[in-house]
Amino acid sequence: MATAAFPKKPPSPTNAAPVAYAARNLEVKSYLPEIFRGVGLSMRHFFDNTREMVRGKRPDPVLDRYDDGITTISYPEQKRPYPERFRGVHRLTTRDDASMRCVACLCCSTACPAQCIFIEAGEYPEGDKRRGYERYPVRFVIDELRCIFCGYCVEACPCDAIRMDTGMHPAPYDSRDQFIYDRDLLLSMEGRDGSHQSQNPRHEPGESTHPGVTREHGSH
Amino acid sequence: MNGMQIVFAFIKILVMVMFVLNLAAILTWADRRQSSMIQDRIGPNRAVIKIFGMEIRVAGLLHTAADGLKFFTKEDFTPPKADKLLFMLAPIMSLAMVFTLVGTIPFGDTICPHEFHVRWPEFWFGPAVERLGTCSADVKAGYYPIDLMVAPLGVGILFVFAMAGQGIIGAAIAGWSSDNKFSLMGALRAASQMVSYEVTLGMSLVGAMMVYGTVRLDDMVRWQSEHAWGIFVQPLAFFLFFTAAVAENKRIPFDLPEAESELVSGYFTEYAGMKFGMFYFAEYAEVVTSSMLLVTIFLGGWALPFLHRDGLTIAFGTTTLVSAPIAHFWMTIINVLAFFGKVLVMCWVQVVVRWSLPRFRYDQLMKLGWKLLLPASLANILVTGVVWLALDKAGAAASDGLKVAGDVTQALIAVTATYFLVRGIAGFFAPVRHQRDLVGSSAAFSAKSGGTKSAAMQA
Repeated sequence: MATAAFPKKPPSPTNAAPVAYAARNLEVKSYLPEIFRGVGLSMRHFFDNTREMVRGKRPDPVLDRYDDGITTISYPEQKRPYPERFRGVHRLTTRDDASMRCVACLCCSTACPAQCIFIEAGEYPEGDKRRGYERYPVRFVIDELRCIFCGYCVEACPCDAIRMDTGMHPAPYDSRDQFIYDRDLLLSMEGRDGSHQSQNPRHEPGESTHPGVTREHGSH
Repeated sequence: MNGMQIVFAFIKILVMVMFVLNLAAILTWADRRQSSMIQDRIGPNRAVIKIFGMEIRVAGLLHTAADGLKFFTKEDFTPPKADKLLFMLAPIMSLAMVFTLVGTIPFGDTICPHEFHVRWPEFWFGPAVERLGTCSADVKAGYYPIDLMVAPLGVGILFVFAMAGQGIIGAAIAGWSSDNKFSLMGALRAASQMVSYEVTLGMSLVGAMMVYGTVRLDDMVRWQSEHAWGIFVQPLAFFLFFTAAVAENKRIPFDLPEAESELVSGYFTEYAGMKFGMFYFAEYAEVVTSSMLLVTIFLGGWALPFLHRDGLTIAFGTTTLVSAPIAHFWMTIINVLAFFGKVLVMCWVQVVVRWSLPRFRYDQLMKLGWKLLLPASLANILVTGVVWLALDKAGAAASDGLKVAGDVTQALIAVTATYFLVRGIAGFFAPVRHQRDLVGSSAAFSAKSGGTKSAAMQA
């Protein structure tokens, strides 16, 4: 008794259903009905898209996300809006009197895994009401090429002084030194709501809401 | 041949060659833009001319011009070991044959110039010419009837086949002279494929020639105008011819000779610059000429349903419903426009087919050609002959019935065309509704700022 070169496999022990193959009947073999169906589908797409293109009523690629049709974003002219918590280019927030909130505590530069933040801290001049409480960054430099946009600096900041809510991605520049963002550039960035400040209130020393020690209570 | 005839011959050549050239150029654009519409893309629309601060994009048509510029300015490279003469000759061969081929294709009915020579207002609303008669030459006054085809050849379609067959040579010597294995394989494929499908191309038309009783293309159109369009008389032959014509053009799904995924780009792998441009152009010119052939042989050529040489006559058999004569001048214009309009539609269909179907495997191609299309075309000849003989013997009643049936098909064409036209216009202006669904904060941001396309760039 001759055995088959490739004996039939025993049925699979799993309970998976067998795949239903298309019947090779005349309709399938003749290839024609499917050709007409395919060409018809192409024509439908052609007419729909051409109509919307000519009338300027293409579906919005973000709002009409379940629709057929052309959902291409023509990039420089159109931009996909970033989601609310998108981490964009950094900015330094300001207080009500437009001075910077940063107190040069170096928390962000310490937390930064890419070590892209450089801060040179300085004392406020003699007689300034903040002298003795806070310092300020003489230089605050972020290398946007090194930055990995992890947002740890924002997490680390105790003063809500650095934020990544500009909604902008770093622009491509010609040379590397253009990616070195210094303090004044970071201060000039706006948040997505167009303000230089932060939503969180700042409690100045001497105000009743100030939680920490004040000079009056201090023993130093 | 007097001076006027030579002038008219030049005008006819200009009309035909310019039409093929320009339509081929536009087809390169249509191929890209139409495919983008089919595939839900935007397609090329970035080529721009800035004049006085205005940006002119013309829906991407300038890409064609940019292509032309690029073709002419690129280095004209020849492989070091290539056969220089054949390498140069191949693109010329493939492009020239396509243009030779259009010489015998009629784009309108015969013009009788002396019908024009009447004063205003008869020139516009003047008497119609006879429906069937062809005007005779008036030698004394210097009038000769003008056939609206470049070369009114008696052999007609045979000349077309002779020229279409030469297309193989261009592809074959291009691959042979390139000194490149991929080119050679592409050329082999091109030669075998075109020879195979040439047979079907010719055989599928034998039935049509039997019915029309002529090989002259303009007489074929006249027969269709009087009886019924070829697609109703020879439906199988229409599909066979269409398939074989697409295969002759070497376009998808029959683009084996230049299959990018297998043979870099087939027989014109080594070509660059305008030499490549000529191959590229020849492909689109072949689309135009094959559309012209399809229209002439199967879709009534210049004829429109119920519009004859003498005007509008809606008649079924012997009962005439409407009869309105139209001046010869207007009928000529209608006929020419009808022919070119049909060619445009057929080119559009060919592009849709190209972007819908996948490429065949090589054995499938050969199997389709020799085992399916060729027997089908032979069977078509047999059946046509038998039916034709049977109807010939059946007597007057059968021929009267056929006449009515022919008129019914004309009515069917008119109704269908009107339906699609009306539906197209109505569909164009129908309101566009989109399914809005704001998911995620980015969509909310977008909605607040009036949608993503606040600065939309259409077309």
